[in-house]
Amino acid sequence: MILAIASREFKTLFLSPMAWTILAILQFILAFLFLTQVEAFTTLQPKLASIEGAPGLTDIIVPPLFGNAGIILLLVTPLLTMRLICEERRNKTLSLLLSAPVSTIDIILGKYLGILGLMLLIIALITLMPLSLLSGGELDLGKLFANILGLLLLVTAFSAVGLFMSCIAGHPTVAAMGTFGFLLLLWILDWSNGSSDQRSELFEYLSMLRHFQSIQSGLIGSVDVGYFVLFITTFIVLSIRSLDNDRLQK
Amino acid sequence: MTPLIEAEHLTRYYGQHCAVNDVSFTLTKGEVLGFLGANGAGKTTTMQMLCGNLAPSAGRININGFDLLDRPKAAKRNLGYLPDTPPLYKELSVQEFLLYCAQLHGVAKSAATKAIDRTKQRCGLTDVADRLIANLSKGFQQRVGIAQAILHNPEVIVLDEPTVGLDPIQIREIRALIRELGQDHGVILSTHILTEVQESCSHVQIIHQGRLILNETIAGLNRQMDTGTLQVATRLAPDVDSLMTIAGVSSIENISENRIKIHHSVTANPTEQIAERIINAGWGLLELTPVKRSMEDIFISLTQEHREL
Repeated sequence: MILAIASREFKTLFLSPMAWTILAILQFILAFLFLTQVEAFTTLQPKLASIEGAPGLTDIIVPPLFGNAGIILLLVTPLLTMRLICEERRNKTLSLLLSAPVSTIDIILGKYLGILGLMLLIIALITLMPLSLLSGGELDLGKLFANILGLLLLVTAFSAVGLFMSCIAGHPTVAAMGTFGFLLLLWILDWSNGSSDQRSELFEYLSMLRHFQSIQSGLIGSVDVGYFVLFITTFIVLSIRSLDNDRLQK
Repeated sequence: MTPLIEAEHLTRYYGQHCAVNDVSFTLTKGEVLGFLGANGAGKTTTMQMLCGNLAPSAGRININGFDLLDRPKAAKRNLGYLPDTPPLYKELSVQEFLLYCAQLHGVAKSAATKAIDRTKQRCGLTDVADRLIANLSKGFQQRVGIAQAILHNPEVIVLDEPTVGLDPIQIREIRALIRELGQDHGVILSTHILTEVQESCSHVQIIHQGRLILNETIAGLNRQMDTGTLQVATRLAPDVDSLMTIAGVSSIENISENRIKIHHSVTANPTEQIAERIINAGWGLLELTPVKRSMEDIFISLTQEHREL
């Protein structure tokens, strides 16, 4: 049941130009950034060779690429998730799901998995770029994996917030704005800690950027992974509750 | 036999406003129940509650023996619902959409193709199966909506205003389809078109301001509708007082000089005596027609009665 909903969601994304456009633009921008990074590496290479323990190919190319991808996806995810529940409610198609023998949990998880399908595709396309370097060089595959995992956790968290906002908003644009605002806030929360004597541990913990960067550096710690898992679970549960609430009051 | 739908004391509030107030009814197999009501009477709210789209503020719903709140999945498996706006994914083709609905209702893959073919045939969708729903006319979209509701062969079919936006020929086809479905399913049909109820339903319920004010079989309603009125036209003005003395005549209404309306009881039908009296008196009988109360009259008189209370 969940899979039926998820696969329809995934297919529908590709029925409109939306998914294709986003994939194309994303790939274009990131390819440009990737090439700039490769360029930087080739100019730096002679200098790096003379330094002991200098950062290698993976260090110079992969984290910036995935970091930029994270920021661009921060902008893109709200656009992809805004229609998930909101549009169904506006088009009155939600009653098809509500009167079918599926639970609210199935609906939410189905929708979520559908959008994650697209996210996985995006990440796969991004990963292809550094992998192409394997033809002429060597990569620190462990570090690459850490970056993939970091980005994956990041976008699943983005999508969870987007899904929730889509549940509570009356209009897709409102959902997109809400998601974007919330994510941006969490992203930059850490900036207020610029002066080190006024550090707030709570803000530091809440900041997404910090956890993402920590995983990106190759350090897959339970604190960071736990943060994302908690984050995703919270918003999925909130989404389920919010959709359930639809039946109770309107 | 367990009733297909058992609704007990359904009540639904929207904030302070009470949309449905203590509505109870049952539906058994082979019945087509017409749900009549003016706009805003609570028809759609009741239907949404029956189909699990809205939780009732109080009351209980059993569908084919399964409680809708305790075992929603089992209950909804026996349910096909067409809301007032057909829930269609406009970017899909008819075939794709029906396949998705089959999956949602857990129809096995092997059975799905057969079920879809049968449904398409029943609803006259075979020719448009590969077209996008967005490009179909409103009538065809409505049919896709009906197809979606009957696809998985549910025991209970709930149709909210199924003939809205259809042309007269399509309306006739859909009514025939509803009667056909009524033979081996339980069908609930909401409408504000009274002839629709007369044509396709076996039972009728009238809901007014959230309350159920009539629950009858069509035959019973037709009996009620016979409560006789005669329209009489004569060449000369008749003597009303003389006619009033005939047993069974309850009141006489003057329409014009030569035309009167006689209300009488059904049990003692005085038509024959009235005709005799007029002819004997030489008033010149031109016309004597029993006026059947249409469903409209019943509907209006019932709803007005309740407004006064």
